[in-house]
Amino acid sequence: MIAIVALIKIIVVVLVVLGTVAYLVLLERKVSAYMQDRIGPNRVGPKGLFQPFADILKLVLKELIVPENANGFIHALAPVISITVAISALAVIPFGNYIVIGGQKINLMIANVNIGVLYILAMSSLGVYGITLSGWASNSKYSLLGGLRSSAQMISYELSLGLSIIGVLMIDRTLQLDKIVTAQGSGLWNIVYQPIGFLVFITAAFAETNRLPFDLPEAEPELVGGYHTEYSGMRWGLFFLSEYTSMIVSSALIVTLYFGGWSLPFVDYSAMSPNIAAVLQIITFLVKTGIFIFIYMWIRWTLPRFRYDQLMNVGWKIMLPLAILNLVGTGAVLLAVK
Amino acid sequence: MSNNGNGKIKPEMTFWERLYFPEILHGMSITMKALFRPKFTRQYPEERWVPPPVFRGRPVLVVEDETGVERCVACGLCARVCPSLAIQVQAAETELDKERYPVLFEINMLRCIFCGFCEEVCPEEAIIMSKEFELTFADPKDAVFGKDRLLTPRSKLEDRLEFLKQYR
Ligand code: SF4
Ligand code: SF4
Repeated sequence: MIAIVALIKIIVVVLVVLGTVAYLVLLERKVSAYMQDRIGPNRVGPKGLFQPFADILKLVLKELIVPENANGFIHALAPVISITVAISALAVIPFGNYIVIGGQKINLMIANVNIGVLYILAMSSLGVYGITLSGWASNSKYSLLGGLRSSAQMISYELSLGLSIIGVLMIDRTLQLDKIVTAQGSGLWNIVYQPIGFLVFITAAFAETNRLPFDLPEAEPELVGGYHTEYSGMRWGLFFLSEYTSMIVSSALIVTLYFGGWSLPFVDYSAMSPNIAAVLQIITFLVKTGIFIFIYMWIRWTLPRFRYDQLMNVGWKIMLPLAILNLVGTGAVLLAVK
Repeated sequence: MSNNGNGKIKPEMTFWERLYFPEILHGMSITMKALFRPKFTRQYPEERWVPPPVFRGRPVLVVEDETGVERCVACGLCARVCPSLAIQVQAAETELDKERYPVLFEINMLRCIFCGFCEEVCPEEAIIMSKEFELTFADPKDAVFGKDRLLTPRSKLEDRLEFLKQYR
């Protein structure tokens, strides 16, 4: 029974996320167009709404090109690693409290792991393998440079990412994501207690997902696409998919850690019937996540890319000290309050 | 930015600018405003652009409306001046006042670079840059325009002729 429920949850979540990704691509193209005084895709279907299908069809039909002397196996494996890691991070994110079906209480998250935060950190750092391996296996200088940059970038930003989360963990005293949400639901959102931690976290999250201004691993003007220069067709599509999936994951994570997840302040869910409450919670969660996805795109079309040395400077000389300061400050305040 | 004397350029940023985050917000406000600005996209096949008279489209030969005779006297100057050797003219005699006319006049539109030299050099104002710019061919042979496609009644070219009178 539990296995079946889990399976259904997995299928629903994965389908919803992949469908959303298709439309996020369209949204991104629209947002970028509007920010540049253009209109963007509007030919396929009403207002261009069927554009994603055309895109996917194109990707599927395209020829898969493997460069000469490339390591064929790893070349094929790398995008799979990327997408697997990106999707599996979704498993521990709570998108609602629980629903009741036939007297059964079903949690609205796929796996209620008691070390959810650690699990996500582990998964997101595995993501670098996909990129680095693809760079190495392509047998091309641009890809290799992209892959190397990506690993250096991940190392420098993973530290601040982890450290900035610790502030939240100290306040809520748990690693379980749904408990973090319930803790915020009864009080103030963590953003109020952790503004600096939040800034560090969101910056590091941008770097983790390789989005502008930190998209040095792909850096089109210098590296011709970076790690996925030598990819085409659906293998390239998988990289694309994993970029957008990890964007969803990190937006959801930001919402969960700092903006109360599915909870709203001053709303008492216990007064409602659990299923109605669950629908409300899911909507709240989706709206909040959507806002952060939009911010991702907004930033991408606002800021220029960092230079490599600037990236390292920001990572080691600004973000890391800030994260540590935040940690020490939080600890001191918590001690004083006690 | 200012030069502080030793050749090094030293950026002068205020404290707020150096904090970087306020400047990001500033930039974001600009892009947010851009979201609601009017768009410049022209929906091409439906919404077409009518070029002004200065525009140099494909060269055409002027035909007088009244007589139905082309102005060209087949002097061959345009073929001489054409930098991309796109024009071919073959002269023949005629009973008309102008005595000579082109039996064959061909412009290879794959070679033409729309420089307008032919128009400029023509003593008779017989070859004129039109407003037509949508030229696509599936076969290179289609790109060689003979007299059938070059002859254009004068009434359709009035504003370019007017423009040439004024500015040249
Ligand atoms: S220069 Fe003018 S008159 Fe002479 S051949 Fe060319 S079009 Fe005819
Ligand atoms: S416009 Fe220039 S290139 Fe074209 S036919 Fe005239 S002279 Fe030749």
